[in-house]
Amino acid sequence: MAVSIQREDFDAAAESAALRAGGGDIGAIVAFTGICRSDNGRLAALELDAYPEMAQAEIARIVEEARSRWPLEAVRVIHRYGRIAPGENIVLVLTASSHRQAAFEAAEFLMDYLKTRAPFWKKEHLADAAGNWVEARQIDEAAAERWAAGGKKSA
Amino acid sequence: MKILYFAWVRERTGRAEEDIDVPADVATVGELIGWLKSRGPEFEHAFTDAAVIRAAIDRIHVKHDARLAGAGEIAFFPPMTGG
Repeated sequence: MAVSIQREDFDAAAESAALRAGGGDIGAIVAFTGICRSDNGRLAALELDAYPEMAQAEIARIVEEARSRWPLEAVRVIHRYGRIAPGENIVLVLTASSHRQAAFEAAEFLMDYLKTRAPFWKKEHLADAAGNWVEARQIDEAAAERWAAGGKKSA
Repeated sequence: MKILYFAWVRERTGRAEEDIDVPADVATVGELIGWLKSRGPEFEHAFTDAAVIRAAIDRIHVKHDARLAGAGEIAFFPPMTGG
């Protein structure tokens, strides 16, 4: 399965090895791992709320869009939800292609789209105060929109 | 019709999901938001700034002018902050 929505942690190296073992004319693998920051001790944990059934479907649609734009040999996306402590993994995107450019660009595209379209919401639990929902950032919208013309990165 | 609420929309409405009979004259997502707001102060609070609320019908993103006809599951949530 190319897309997993799960509470459990993942092993990025094992996932990358599995992608390589899956065959195809792979000459490049790009791996992006998103990790929970502590913000210099400010954050006790993140709580990721999710709509898992839609996240599965929406990320699958984003993967199909990436496959239509770049010649990819394989794609793997894992997004966690639930309580995640600083230092823990949140998201994994692996893209494999014959040449590096497709894998680089598709990985960036997948993350940009996933941040603005996959149904997850972060709540911060602070070390010394009550929790707050994280506000969506305009910079993330802008990062996703630069792909919208159907072409590749223009920025 | 099954309605799901997520993140601070869930917290403000005080429920994660519910099955409700929506009046037949409520035809679009935007009209549903307006009707939900009439159900009580918690809904008024959750949907005060209706323009920021995102919606999905049967797990696909839709705009507020999307029609409800044939919809099985409608979800309301804030802008997404995953990744």
